[in-house]
Amino acid sequence: MIKNISNLGDAALYCDFGNEVNKSINSEVIKYFQTIKEKKFEGINNLTPSYNKLIISYDLKKTNFKEVKNYVENINPEDSIDINSKKLEIPVCCHENFSMDIKRLEEILKLSREKILENFLNKEYFCYMTGFIAGMPFFGDLDENMRAQRLETPRVKVPKGSVALTEQFANIYTFESPGGWNILGNTPLDVFDSSKEDKPNLINPGDTVVFKEITLDQYKNYNE
Amino acid sequence: MSSNYLEIIRPGINTTFQDKGRDHLYHIGIPFSGAMDNRNYLIANKLVNNNLDSAVIEFAYQGPHIKYSGEKINCAITGDVIFSIKKKDTEIEGKCYESYQIENGDEINIISTNKSVYGYLALGGEFDLKFQWNSCSINTKANIGSNDGKKLDVGQRINLKKINSNKDIKKTNYINTKIENIRVIKGTNFDYFSEEGKQIFYENEFTVSKLSDRMGMRLEGPKIDNIVNTNIKSEGLIKGVIQVPADGNPIIMLSDHGTIGGYPKIGVVASVDYDRLVQMSPGSKIKFKEINLSDAETLFKLYEMETQNLLSQI
Repeated sequence: MIKNISNLGDAALYCDFGNEVNKSINSEVIKYFQTIKEKKFEGINNLTPSYNKLIISYDLKKTNFKEVKNYVENINPEDSIDINSKKLEIPVCCHENFSMDIKRLEEILKLSREKILENFLNKEYFCYMTGFIAGMPFFGDLDENMRAQRLETPRVKVPKGSVALTEQFANIYTFESPGGWNILGNTPLDVFDSSKEDKPNLINPGDTVVFKEITLDQYKNYNE
Repeated sequence: MSSNYLEIIRPGINTTFQDKGRDHLYHIGIPFSGAMDNRNYLIANKLVNNNLDSAVIEFAYQGPHIKYSGEKINCAITGDVIFSIKKKDTEIEGKCYESYQIENGDEINIISTNKSVYGYLALGGEFDLKFQWNSCSINTKANIGSNDGKKLDVGQRINLKKINSNKDIKKTNYINTKIENIRVIKGTNFDYFSEEGKQIFYENEFTVSKLSDRMGMRLEGPKIDNIVNTNIKSEGLIKGVIQVPADGNPIIMLSDHGTIGGYPKIGVVASVDYDRLVQMSPGSKIKFKEINLSDAETLFKLYEMETQNLLSQI
């Protein structure tokens, strides 16, 4: 359930489902997201579900905070529509060319490179949400001893394909973009395809993935 | 092949096609995009008798130098822009907010924006562009939109698929006003910052950094001290959100922003001030002023009425 609704600026509702991150809270968020998306309320122009929040943005020319809040408070979220979750294998190369933050991670986690990779690879992760940049999936949960904070100053450019970590989460940079996560490796996989307007994302909330290590040669030959 | 087209002699620094942008896509990570300065975008279209949601060429700092081939067409430039129009025998200094008729062989040379960032070039007609998710707006980070999602490039040819039959010349006396303060609404993590940090945010000046683009505006100035946590669980963003990462320097989300972010939100720029915010060039000083939600809503209504008035007079 939504614990609290407040305003984010003058053109969005901030729906708070709690502070914990787990599948059960995330499913609640998705349920609201799907219900509101289906109903197409006049003026709502975007919905952003995340781990435990739902941001509802609206066109201030058509509606306002009071109206949208009233609407959201009075809807009954239907049971989540089956999202056809998939299981996927993600090839990742952790060669020093790609693992830009391995030294930082070794220091923060007090683990060797080998141990960090062993902890990260060949485990199942759940996709909580997509966004930040087009198609970027956010996975969880990393083991307790693998959790590091974001960089103090985000990088202006993180290379496309970077597989990165922060706290209990991992993600994939689908494009070169600014970003503050700890970069561990790089995948040659195309995770976002804008030519597929219906389904541009390879990975969607609810999917499960496993990262499999590949060598630099395999990486270079991957798309040939 | 169309016989009416533009050729790019010099593309300029950040020249893209933009329109009203695309919505209902935040959940897959695709931002609004669209013209950064919405009011100047609308005026540009109105000056050349276009539909208000038509595509225009947006440029930043140095604009494009363009050669036109084809039958007569109107063009107009909005913003605070220095440009010239070169005809067969003469070159005239262009004025913003006036439409001009150009013909085969004429050139438009947009030299630069003046103490501002974005300018708009509208042509009276319709560019032949690819639409993705109902918009031709170019998002260069995700390579979405027309022109393969890339900035316009030298030597490129851009076809027009329609030229407006209405070739009335139009003019307006609009002046881009500068405002002293950018008004903000308290952010959802306002209480993460120390009393001193909050005071710094509202009382000190910040400088727009040169590391600013269509995605975000980075600010430099006194550090804003966070006393709770410098990270939050990543969650949705909207344009105008001011995030403060651990280094204490605020970043304001702009039209091509990331849809999700994990830095605490100290404030959100009021919608009424967005068009003017994006025009603040690197080196400009910004001071924030707090307003409440109801004032922000009223001010936006007034701003929108003013925009509609301006448009109706053209």
